[in-house]
Amino acid sequence: MPKDTGIGASTVRREDVRFLTGTGEYTDDIVLAKQTYAVFARSTVAHGTIKSIDTSAAEAMPGVLAVFTGEDFVEVGGNPAGWLINSRDGEPMKEPKRPVLAHGKVRHVGDAYAAVIAETIEQARDAVEAIEADIDELPAVVDMNDALSGSNFVHDEIETNQCFDWGWIEDNREATDNAIKNAHHVTTLELVNNRLVPNAMEPRASIGSYKASTGEYTLHTTSQNPHLTRLLISAFVLGIPENMLTVIAPDVGGGFGSKIYHYGEEALVLAAAKKLGRPVKWTADRTESFLTDAHGRDHVTKIELALDAEGNFLAFRTDTKANVGAYLSNFSTATPTFLHGTLMAGNYTVPLVYVNVKAVFTNTAPVDAYRGAGRPEATYSLERVIDKAARELGMDPIELRRKNFIKPDQYPYASAAGLEYDAGNYDALMDKMEEVADVAGFEARRQASEAKGLLRGFGVNAYIEACGIAPSNLVGVLGSRVGLYDAATVRVNATGNLSVMVGAHSHGQGHETAFPQVVAEMLGIDPAVIDIVHGDTSKIPFGMGTYGSRSLAVCGSAVVRATEKIINKAKKIAGHMLEASEHDITLSDGVFSVDGTDKSVTFGEVALKAYIPHEYPLEDIEPGLEETAFYDPANFTYPSGAYACEVEVDPDTGKVRVDRMTAVDDFGNVINPMIVTGQVHGGLAQGIGQALVENTSYDENGQLLSASYMDYTMPRADDMPMFAVDHSQGTLCTHNPLGVKGCGEAGAIGSPPTVVNAVIDALQSGGRNVTHIDMPVTPARVWDAMQNAK
Amino acid sequence: MYNFDVEKPGTIAEAAAAMGADEAQALGGGQTLIPTLKQRLASPSTLVSLRGVAEMQGITRDGDSLRIGGATTHAAVAADGSYPALSALAAHIGDPAVRNRGTIGGSLANNDPAACYPAAALASGATIVTNTREIAADDYFQGMFETALDEGEIITAVRFPIPQAAHYEKFVQPASRFALVGVFVAKFADGVRVAVTGASNEGVHRWAEAEAALSADFSAGAIDGLSVSADNLIADLHGSAAYRAHLVKVMTGRAVSAAS
Ligand SMILES: Cc1cc2nc3c(=O)[nH]c(=O)nc-3n(C[C@H](O)[C@H](O)[C@H](O)COP(=O)(O)OP(=O)(O)OC[C@H]3O[C@@H](n4cnc5c(N)ncnc54)[C@H](O)[C@@H]3O)c2cc1C
Repeated sequence: MPKDTGIGASTVRREDVRFLTGTGEYTDDIVLAKQTYAVFARSTVAHGTIKSIDTSAAEAMPGVLAVFTGEDFVEVGGNPAGWLINSRDGEPMKEPKRPVLAHGKVRHVGDAYAAVIAETIEQARDAVEAIEADIDELPAVVDMNDALSGSNFVHDEIETNQCFDWGWIEDNREATDNAIKNAHHVTTLELVNNRLVPNAMEPRASIGSYKASTGEYTLHTTSQNPHLTRLLISAFVLGIPENMLTVIAPDVGGGFGSKIYHYGEEALVLAAAKKLGRPVKWTADRTESFLTDAHGRDHVTKIELALDAEGNFLAFRTDTKANVGAYLSNFSTATPTFLHGTLMAGNYTVPLVYVNVKAVFTNTAPVDAYRGAGRPEATYSLERVIDKAARELGMDPIELRRKNFIKPDQYPYASAAGLEYDAGNYDALMDKMEEVADVAGFEARRQASEAKGLLRGFGVNAYIEACGIAPSNLVGVLGSRVGLYDAATVRVNATGNLSVMVGAHSHGQGHETAFPQVVAEMLGIDPAVIDIVHGDTSKIPFGMGTYGSRSLAVCGSAVVRATEKIINKAKKIAGHMLEASEHDITLSDGVFSVDGTDKSVTFGEVALKAYIPHEYPLEDIEPGLEETAFYDPANFTYPSGAYACEVEVDPDTGKVRVDRMTAVDDFGNVINPMIVTGQVHGGLAQGIGQALVENTSYDENGQLLSASYMDYTMPRADDMPMFAVDHSQGTLCTHNPLGVKGCGEAGAIGSPPTVVNAVIDALQSGGRNVTHIDMPVTPARVWDAMQNAK
Repeated sequence: MYNFDVEKPGTIAEAAAAMGADEAQALGGGQTLIPTLKQRLASPSTLVSLRGVAEMQGITRDGDSLRIGGATTHAAVAADGSYPALSALAAHIGDPAVRNRGTIGGSLANNDPAACYPAAALASGATIVTNTREIAADDYFQGMFETALDEGEIITAVRFPIPQAAHYEKFVQPASRFALVGVFVAKFADGVRVAVTGASNEGVHRWAEAEAALSADFSAGAIDGLSVSADNLIADLHGSAAYRAHLVKVMTGRAVSAAS
């Protein structure tokens, strides 16, 4: 097996041929016969009572086929939260209904209260303008503190804006408080993890269609997980039997989390398609994306770190308010809790962790998982407060971290935040980082910057994260309402080529290249004959889709298990063909041979035999060669890393330039190093974007000030340095067959604190006593901080 | 977008006539106007495209003066080089697509408070030539999005005196990459002119104290003792009025240092 094709080879991404030649097929590219168009009427106020909606003028407009309002959906179910969180007092979280279209009240700017279906988009737009909605504006709830203290409620029926008040680990609360009270030193930091707009390149889009003769529905939609979307629509919202609903997520132009969730527009186009007997298409424009895609992050946190005189960590205590926006999006309750609180021990042997998270409703867009989902928030809090502690204690930030690292001989390690880490080597990562980042050369570079009138700073970070959330039994106990396995079917065709149907969805991750590398390696055949099928619930087994860096660790493991079953059966067939026991058959380089003989058959010959079973032991072996496996992991996987960043700050303008960025990650076994490097690059760009430029700003009336690219800054190529990425220090995951971890989110998790630590270092070493600046660290904020430090 | 008609005149006279129609609007490169139409924020009955008006295209040098046709693209000005500071400014407007379509006439007619060309026109003491008259830059800019243009009046050309030394220093608003604060400094035989864009609620304006100081001593240090008041400067999510006031001085100093 040449190493330019199987596991470990940087195989060029086969999907890029269609993406780079403009021949990908995205939802909006699909044109169904007699297709009609939906346009939504959206609230321009953040909070208001719907007094009346008069659609008569709109209905009479040219080309208009139907107008829907919230009234049409009172009977159908709400879009549910996927994870039940109980408050510290045992009370279940508040779950106000999230309707298909707003009814009674509008709760954020962009909240849809009506939809027009027309022959053309322009006709639908014209008709939306003719809808007369009498909406009584109410004061908006925007600030989380106001939301918690006031009596102005986003959802009147729950009589509070607090969704839950969660403690983790509640049994540690008192001990943590005591540790902090009695500690030699306590470092305290208040910080904001800034809200982000996901900004997938492809806006959300959906086409609903319905076949009256059979009662079958089809939904083409921009989804990261078509089966999950089908389940939500079938079991909760519209009640369409699952076997009557096909959900197809074709090529999807980026998701970053925002396309995990089921949105009301999907239900609307299905319901409208049934009513009209014609397909109904909706495609978001960019403004709708800004206003209605689930946003990310938005935590306000106070973190305390207690240390002894030697710098040993004694306890972390966190107090976080997490904005969930106006409605609970599907994973909005899991993200600030189990994906955040459980990581609050970091890479450290700290004995005590206590996390309190209050989730807060506000009149803003719903907030949910966004690349990293909870782990970036945890890492940011930890790694910022550790940096501050190092400065307060006069310790080297790298040494302080090393002093508290879990050591390689301590695995499996039960963290103080309730996880069991299976493998890692944080010192090795730090060693490698110091080498790749040329830490030794920093002082010379600092002086060179100084000579140019610029302040250079060095920032470091050590992160651990958790991917492939699992196992289902555990998450069920913790409140998850879904399982978190994945599935794969390996179908060997008669002529020896393969279709592998997977539950994971590829929307930039390169599954179509990486998964065949795994199967090809196992079978010893050319990956070019292996094709990946994904995204269509009528073709693939029930899988949970792609998020949380789970595809390879969870779905890839299912692929391995299914391929093992194929090999076992193929050996039986080969044994029959070679008149030998299956136990004496060895598969190597695509050839089955009888041990100790020169008798052999090729993989292709076995495949043909399976489908043309002449002279075949039908009594012992079924014809065909197709196997399915479901895989439910035993644990999370735990990627970790050591990152470094060097910035130059212009003291006259406050402008920060990232000069060097080093990411040394432990992803376990790496299947395709080029794809992994690309995933890290993307994550770093998003992390640097969060750290320096991305600013989601609502005014006190709940208007989104940064609702277009004129005001919302996306990180651009010229904001980035050349990245130094290394994944040579992998320790294998101990519980999945490939030893893989997950690389999709690491860059976005590890980089924000690294960048901010570097900025603070630059200002400090430049003689400005600035201890913290909230993200995004814009020039104006840096300048303000320097003024205030004078 | 709402429906509209498109006229494609070939001469200034035809363009002026077409602009006489009810609710007619000039279309330059469309880089500002088309997004506005797409968002249904404007509903002209007729767009009069100036692209095909040959008299409004191109750049001609006449001694120390440069005449730029009103429909000349940013890319053409960037490539010209007769007035290096102006070409450099044009080269940093937007992205290639914007520069290949956007026009100097459109930019000056729009007079966005964060646009770049207004600073060049005001600091250079340019003359705005229209189909009916000539307007000195000092009289032309009248506040955010406000100009001396009459209804239906077309910018047919802009005449720039070429200074001895000049430079435009732009500190970008990070999202739009328009100017958060941009300062154009132009040194003539009879004195220095300094125009500031991006900073003020009143749009592009001159900084008289800096002009006086720099006319006496054209060096960055000459403005050390000056300070800029934050009164009536723009405050938004990208920066406070005080920050912009600070940047006006920093950018002015940098523009002077870089002027050539
Ligand atoms: C992504 C992006 C980035 C940009 N970045 C910058 C930047 O960094 N700096 C900057 O300065 N600008 C920037 N711009 C604006 C750009 O320079 C536009 O070209 C300019 O604002 C308008 O010029 P236009 O020819 O496209 O005019 P149009 O959009 O066609 O018209 C604008 C207005 O001017 C009127 N008009 C057009 N031509 C004439 C004329 N000859 N006489 C009278 N009225 C006329 C129109 O009726 C309309 O009201 C950017 C634009 C975009 C889209």
